[in-house]
Amino acid sequence: MSTAILPSATTTTSPFGSASHLQCRECGARYSLGAEYACIECFGPLEVGYEFGTVTREQIESGPLSIWRYSALLPVSATAALEPNLAPGFTKLVRADNLARALGMTGVLWVKDDSGNPTHSFKDRVVAVAQSAARRLGLSTLSCASTGNLANAVAAAAARGAQPSVVLIPSDLEPGKVVTTAAYGTTLIAVEGNYDDVNRLCSELIGDPVTDDWGFVNVNLRPYYAEGSKTLGYEIAEQLGWRLPQQVVIPIASGALLTKVDKGFREFIDLGLVEETPYRIFGAQAVGCSPVEQAFRAGHDVVRPVRPDTIAKSLAIGNPADGPYALDVVRRTGGSIGAVTDEEIVEGIRLLAETEGIFAETAGGVTVATLRALLRSGELDPTAETVLLNTGDGLKTLDAVSPHVGPAGTIAPSVSAVVDLLGGAA
Amino acid sequence: MSVTVRVPTILRTYTDGQAEVVVVPEVETLSGVLSALEVSAPGIGARVLDDDGKLRRFVNVYVNDDDVRFLDGLDTPTPDGASVSVIPAVAGG
Repeated sequence: MSTAILPSATTTTSPFGSASHLQCRECGARYSLGAEYACIECFGPLEVGYEFGTVTREQIESGPLSIWRYSALLPVSATAALEPNLAPGFTKLVRADNLARALGMTGVLWVKDDSGNPTHSFKDRVVAVAQSAARRLGLSTLSCASTGNLANAVAAAAARGAQPSVVLIPSDLEPGKVVTTAAYGTTLIAVEGNYDDVNRLCSELIGDPVTDDWGFVNVNLRPYYAEGSKTLGYEIAEQLGWRLPQQVVIPIASGALLTKVDKGFREFIDLGLVEETPYRIFGAQAVGCSPVEQAFRAGHDVVRPVRPDTIAKSLAIGNPADGPYALDVVRRTGGSIGAVTDEEIVEGIRLLAETEGIFAETAGGVTVATLRALLRSGELDPTAETVLLNTGDGLKTLDAVSPHVGPAGTIAPSVSAVVDLLGGAA
Repeated sequence: MSVTVRVPTILRTYTDGQAEVVVVPEVETLSGVLSALEVSAPGIGARVLDDDGKLRRFVNVYVNDDDVRFLDGLDTPTPDGASVSVIPAVAGG
């Protein structure tokens, strides 16, 4: 009789690392790790559960300059960094003194600039984790419903991984996001309808034989995918010198990013990686799609869907799946949620660009404008250290800003013409 | 007076793996459709409705492509030939 030598449950060669199960966020039912995303009992969303071992600052600091430095805290194998992927993350945390001054803030203001990711939005983080899970689960085709940024990220990640991909987008998406997806050679499908219609279509496609080997990163891989957003919280804490900020302003689309940044902070506290200091989380939405903000203001814990109508298309999710959890986090931490008009969004984009040299997409404009609005209303403390998340690059949404900026004039190529244009003061 | 109900993967254990079920409701509302569905697929109703008989928080139901939360919820009319889709609300962004 031979004796097998079994690896321990916490071995780093486990296919999903320290992740141990899926668990329903509503009723607590447990499931084994698989391509499941909704609870059979109550339809609640499933979330990855872990049995973390010891994780130290030194271990993390010795890792790669990407999200994979946090592999031990993600549902991925220890070798995830070595598999073909875009190696996103560890983007810059920019000290924004000029913007702080413009807004009348005396506390230190930082911009976590996730436009520095490979496809220029935070979506590379979540896709990298989903891509790893897809490999473990034998799902060879990467797919998604997308408002644009995710489309870019999935198409590029699949290209790097030499995998097929199918990306479904609303047919009215910004031209820049269509081109920057199609360029990666994906099968791009434009669907007549808004994002919620596309999302619904993807949910209905699951179970159809045509999608048997498809991993929809934000549907059947969603429990893994969403965990990628924790890395934004981890990085903010690490880049601040292993401590938590007092205030964070985060855009809300589905609400997953906001809840996962909070989860990242809490895990760092629980693991003893940072001291437990109070922090408040603030959400940002566009008035043209503000179901979570409306629920917050009305004191509701249920989010009533809306039909989106805003230039901030990457936030235009009228039926946000994680809205109730975003409300829980904001209320628990003593934050709030603001909503801003399309005009304010453009002002926000220009303010960040003109004060800090960071050109954000419309979602970033929403976040800057919401920061300003919540300072004016007194809900945000101007003396507290604050981190603002910029989740995407302004080059993707040029249409929003192009009517508002341009040359100071068109002149003949002569010195006198320049002097004249500048009012003769040069 | 028949209505087609599209059933999500996680509920197909109640429908012998069928993705679509045709029901003939006694009352032509979503509530009537779900009652008829319960008769043909016992147990499925309790998965879609909570203990108070309301749609669960993470269930999206569409009647002819319209989210019933924009219509009349469980009282949404379901005329002959209507299609009803039940979908987990766990997707997005």
